[in-house]
Amino acid sequence: MDISTQNAEAPPPTPQPSAAVLKSASRGATRPGDRIFLGLSRGSGIFLLAIMAAIAAFLTYRAALAISKDHGNFLTTFEWNTSLEPATFGIAVLAFGTVVSALIAMVLAVPVAVGIALFITHYAPRRLGGTIAYVIDLLAAVPSIVYGLWGALVLVPHMDGLFGWLDHYFGWTGIFEWQGGAPRSMLTVGILLAIMILPIITNVSREVFRQVPQMHEEAALALGATRWEVIRMSVLPFGRSGVISASMLGLGRALGETMAVATVLSPTFDINASLLDPGGGTFAQNIASKFSEATPLGQDALIASGLVLFVITLLVNGAARVIINRRKEYSGANA
Amino acid sequence: MAKRIDVSGLTAYYGAHKAIEDISMTVEPRSVTAFIGPSGCGKSTFLRTLNRMHEVTPGGRVEGKVLLDDEDLYGNGIDPVAVRRTIGMVFQRPNPFPTMSIFDNVAAGLRLNGSYKKSELSDIVERSLKGANLWNEVKDRLNKPGSGLSGGQQQRLCIARAIAVEPQVLLMDEPCSALDPISTLAIEDLIGELKERFTIVIVTHNMQQAARVSDRTAFFNLAAVGQPGRLIEIDDTERIFSNPSVQATEDYISGRFG
Amino acid sequence: MSTAPVSHRRASTLRGASLPKWSPWAIAVGSVAVAAGIGLGAGLDSKVQWGLIAAILFVLGTYAIAARVEGRRQAKDRVATSLVWVCFIVAVVPLASLIWETVKRGVKVFDVYFLTHSMGVVADTQPGGGIYHAIIGTLEQVAIATLIAVPIGVLTAIYLVEYGRGKLAKAVTFFVDVMTGIPSIVAGLFILSFWILILDMGYSGFAGSLALSILMMPVVVRSTEEMLKLVPNELREASLALGIPKWRTILKVVLPTSIGGITTGVMLAVARITGETAPVLLLVWGTSVINDNPFSDPQASLPLYIYQQYANSAGSGAAYDRAWAAALALIAFVMILNLAARGIARWKAPKTGR
Repeated sequence: MDISTQNAEAPPPTPQPSAAVLKSASRGATRPGDRIFLGLSRGSGIFLLAIMAAIAAFLTYRAALAISKDHGNFLTTFEWNTSLEPATFGIAVLAFGTVVSALIAMVLAVPVAVGIALFITHYAPRRLGGTIAYVIDLLAAVPSIVYGLWGALVLVPHMDGLFGWLDHYFGWTGIFEWQGGAPRSMLTVGILLAIMILPIITNVSREVFRQVPQMHEEAALALGATRWEVIRMSVLPFGRSGVISASMLGLGRALGETMAVATVLSPTFDINASLLDPGGGTFAQNIASKFSEATPLGQDALIASGLVLFVITLLVNGAARVIINRRKEYSGANA
Repeated sequence: MAKRIDVSGLTAYYGAHKAIEDISMTVEPRSVTAFIGPSGCGKSTFLRTLNRMHEVTPGGRVEGKVLLDDEDLYGNGIDPVAVRRTIGMVFQRPNPFPTMSIFDNVAAGLRLNGSYKKSELSDIVERSLKGANLWNEVKDRLNKPGSGLSGGQQQRLCIARAIAVEPQVLLMDEPCSALDPISTLAIEDLIGELKERFTIVIVTHNMQQAARVSDRTAFFNLAAVGQPGRLIEIDDTERIFSNPSVQATEDYISGRFG
Repeated sequence: MSTAPVSHRRASTLRGASLPKWSPWAIAVGSVAVAAGIGLGAGLDSKVQWGLIAAILFVLGTYAIAARVEGRRQAKDRVATSLVWVCFIVAVVPLASLIWETVKRGVKVFDVYFLTHSMGVVADTQPGGGIYHAIIGTLEQVAIATLIAVPIGVLTAIYLVEYGRGKLAKAVTFFVDVMTGIPSIVAGLFILSFWILILDMGYSGFAGSLALSILMMPVVVRSTEEMLKLVPNELREASLALGIPKWRTILKVVLPTSIGGITTGVMLAVARITGETAPVLLLVWGTSVINDNPFSDPQASLPLYIYQQYANSAGSGAAYDRAWAAALALIAFVMILNLAARGIARWKAPKTGR
């Protein structure tokens, strides 16, 4: 992925006829074909940009309709009543739930993903590493609804033990307090999201670790570094920004994940300090579960919350891309 | 502190491919030994077997003995990490750690091996950089990244990094092949100074360089492409370049092949 | 010079005391045994807890033993190694369980009847019925989405690789990357607000296809771009030097050379959108009867079917069985597409001469 985008900065040189004679000669019957083809392909590119703009525009338009009828504060209200008069709704709970579940997922997934990526590139025997990489590639393709089904029917029943243990030893913190309800809570959602974003973070990190120049690793080895010290001195510094951007791609997924959250979480519209008790909600989950019974205003209100999600993921993904591009320049300069 | 290396019956493989076969030689302490020979003859591979870097390459494996003052590097219970710590290496392309400053680059090996006081560390870094004839050029920018230096300076930085941990032996794998003539000269002068303290083994494809810097020269050759490389002869440099005992050596040195 | 503190410290030998080769296995077996003991003693019923205790014991045990025998640096190295292994196992367990459970629970009602019947006369809580209507819906929606997304995606990629320079190309590249990260539900909301709420069209398979095509386009652009860049420039120049116009060069030389890779990319993109549930939920609505026409009235779709069997059945075992069987069908379809795509990629790879 990296190599090719680098080339994109310097497009293939096309022959440029210098003499005016050549120019006029090439302006024959071939020109219309070229012009149409260029028009089509450039048009497609512009169409893609137009879609992005249209997404922003239409969501904003519908969101504005909804927010103008909102009697609460759209950003801070802890309620979601769109069928009552006057309608009162706000995204505070959703924003909180979305961020918390995604953060749990990141905290759990990133270290493990980096570990697996190192396992594949630096620890596992070559053949085994290749096989694992292949399998993880495939797992990245498992549809999220299947993760959701598995999460709800397999993972949730297995969480009781862990929740009991957390409550027993860490319940005093408040964060891990558990009333004993079904473990369909933010923590379970976070764990499921972590499992889901593991493959993508692993794959991108693995690519970066594989690109660490041999000579940097040999430099450390020749100083008498152990394998772990080689990784700390050469591999991790080189791969750091790559891991950061991989994590942000994973974060973008976790923030926008709908079905897995909708199947596992038992939502309430309040903010609960405990991660173990059922409750809370995320943008995407709230849209999926409220949509089928929403009034017209309710649909617009959901679209408004979708707009917020759109902006957040846009920022996260944009930031990830900027980091990736900067790394390219950096490593290119040193190559 | 400089030690003698005794190699006997050493054969190295890449997977099923035999890269070098049955090499035996002795490298005297506080001397410079140069390895010359056509490309593909296994001189770099042989160099990498001397500090157990060869086995880092996937499929790399070694048979035979390498004695460092009577201790077999490939014996039971020998820690390859300790071996590399004792036998330093400088590579073909300068490879300072890109994310570290000049100071940290030189201190990298020391920090691995124990804790030093700040003042102790700066003393050793200064001494090593002086030893590598780099101190005057970098003393004002020790905290700048090492990758900002010129190629020749980077290579001397790598030498400083290698000698900072006071190895017994210093292996150099074509250290000047990526450098311009002036930087090359600087490194060659440096090698002359370093041999007072270290046993030095240098691989070079430049015969004039071998003649200039080394006390002893070993000539490697291979029978044909795909065949393992062998040691043809090793002798005093002067003798090798004036009156070698093997015809192939003379042919190579006089430019008849390779 | 020779008074360097290091030399004294290192003067001893190259010989480091080291643990025998089998020691990690011994420590692993020991930790599992102790963890089982603790688990039984403390009456922990969850095997996950046993596993966690074993993992912690393994890491701590490795450090303690290695630090005592080999020294601190070696101990750190061993801990890093054992942590990396633990990471690997921790990740493998849920992912393996996912596949295992889906297959195990899915095969229960997965048969020809299941594949060839709809839910038309079967209540959600009753046994029987199948996914025929959902398969029809998914195939139609995905096919339409592919027909929309592939030409636009491939043409955009051609623009970026063959013509692209300047601000427009940069903007397209950046936004294609960003577009890859749009949550699928947002794409669904966009089509909802534009197609259904403003143009006043009804819920239909086609509305779902529109949203799916938005999700598919950036994936097609990226993969096609990669493949076009692998085509050596010499090939283009050779063709241009013969006086063949650029657009014919692209059509006759560049595209045929990279067609294998482009196909792979398209298949992976199809696999990805086949599993998308959220936009389908918003736009296609779902139905229990067979609807062959994607352009009017709600349709079903495989991922939506799974969700609705799970969500609307009040915990009925028959519905869960159907959900698992449909999940198995979906995973099988996606995996076959993936494997086939990778097969094509591998088979075509050497010819591109990277």
